[in-house]
Amino acid sequence: MADPVTKHPTLIEGARASRTSIALKFLMAVSGLVFVGFVLGHMYGNLKAFAGHDAFNEYAHHLRELGEPMLPHEGFLWIMRVGLLVALVVHVWAAVALWRRAQKARPIKYVVKKHTGAIPASRLMRTGGLTILIFLVWHLINFTIGKVNVQGGETDDPYNLLVDTFDVWWMTLIYLAAMAMLGAHLHHGVWSACQTLGITGTAQSRARAKTLSLALAIVIAGGFSLVPIAVLAGIID
Amino acid sequence: MTDGMNLTLNIWRQTGPDDKGSIHSYQVEGISSDMSFLEMLDVLNEQLNARGEEPIAFDSDCREGICGMCSLMINGEAHGPEVTTTCQLHMRSFKDGDTITIEPWRASAFPVIKDLVVDRGALDRIIQSGGYISANTGSAPEANSVPVPRDKAMRAFNVATCIGCGACVAACPNGSASLFVGAKITHLGELPQGQPERYSRVVDMVGQHDHEGFGGCTNIGECAAACPKEIPLDVISQLNKDLRTALKQGH
Ligand code: HEM
Ligand code: SF4
Ligand code: FES
Repeated sequence: MADPVTKHPTLIEGARASRTSIALKFLMAVSGLVFVGFVLGHMYGNLKAFAGHDAFNEYAHHLRELGEPMLPHEGFLWIMRVGLLVALVVHVWAAVALWRRAQKARPIKYVVKKHTGAIPASRLMRTGGLTILIFLVWHLINFTIGKVNVQGGETDDPYNLLVDTFDVWWMTLIYLAAMAMLGAHLHHGVWSACQTLGITGTAQSRARAKTLSLALAIVIAGGFSLVPIAVLAGIID
Repeated sequence: MTDGMNLTLNIWRQTGPDDKGSIHSYQVEGISSDMSFLEMLDVLNEQLNARGEEPIAFDSDCREGICGMCSLMINGEAHGPEVTTTCQLHMRSFKDGDTITIEPWRASAFPVIKDLVVDRGALDRIIQSGGYISANTGSAPEANSVPVPRDKAMRAFNVATCIGCGACVAACPNGSASLFVGAKITHLGELPQGQPERYSRVVDMVGQHDHEGFGGCTNIGECAAACPKEIPLDVISQLNKDLRTALKQGH
């Protein structure tokens, strides 16, 4: 047969653990789990909307006073914001690096390819992640940075801004679509993070990680969806 | 017994590493369901020889599922629809009138040599970079002098069944060889003899893996589904854990 055709069959020297593709995955997993912690807390806060106008606004206000007088006003909030921003930059940067690596690893696609053994969510991570990123930008414009009231009403009252937003059916629809994407991202992502962190070394622990992953996806995506659905249905007004 | 199957075969043809290559269509008739997949290709090649055409190049050696030489992406699945090697796949897994698309393993680290034959030297270089245990030569040591706990011995044996075929790479949407590397890391890491080099080994092997241009793992699991030796995904968890330990130890 012909000679090997690899252009530069070299053995590398001085490999460093921190320079490997697996190190990138660690960053991805840790930053992803930071997000999971955050969205759980965020979801809990959102559900305060069911307790009414005052309870919800008080919660939003309390977030700004958390940690005082140890921390300055809004100190806790800013620590969270900076932490999340760092996690986001790391997560997206590592995602892009691994995406590019994967594209280079298979420059010629198969004519026919089945995906035996893969759940759909696992193959949606990149486009789904991108969707979440776009949603995130809009979400921050909507409620945090820009405070946009699509009904033209007041914007300095968090509860009323929320109700005015989700009273509009297509705003609720966008939100629900984003939550479906987040659910899918978590359905594979939490399991993937467990695997990346090396804590799923047996068939049992793998089964457990997959159950946890699905449960978190349902709780988080479902929990976030309750408030907009309730607003649209007139349960929250 | 029927008269056998008539099949349409869409096969990747490429005259050499620098040729662009393309899919060619062939008809074969009267294929017995007892034939192996490679025997079916042998039949086609005899027809091509008789017509004075260049036969299709594909890899095989033992034809009994132990050497890892055969490959082939068959209808979008590495080694075809059964959990076995291409040489152990039989035509009873197909039916009369089927169209079968046959492609080489696709990965930049596995360049095509000709038609369906790829160069899998990248896997050998990963082994060369750390997939061994350094031992002084001499007469073989007494087999019971280093006891291995039963569960560790079983796990090491089970993952040592990896034949280095590369189906995991072929199946992986990221073109990653993590299942292969994980199998080797787990195999050697479970044994007492593998301990001295354990953490430099994982760094060297993953470093070589990345250098060869394989992709990063995203735990999709198509590798384990394609593996003819049923290497489980937990070897990738083990690989990640060992690399994490190596990172902590400053490798
Ligand atoms: C901002 C936009 C985001 C992008 C572009 C993105 C993208 C990705 C990608 C490409 C992966 C790796 C794919 C894989 O493992 O199959 C991933 C993993 C992950 N993502 Fe995201 N993601 C984003 C946001 C989020 C958010 C908001 C969360 C949490 C609520 C999250 C949690 C995770 C987790 C837990 C993993 C698993 C890490 C691992 O594979 O080890 N991601 N993300
Ligand atoms: S892990 Fe399985 S699929 Fe991958 S090279 Fe080894 S035997 Fe082949
Ligand atoms: S030819 Fe040896 S495993 Fe298939």
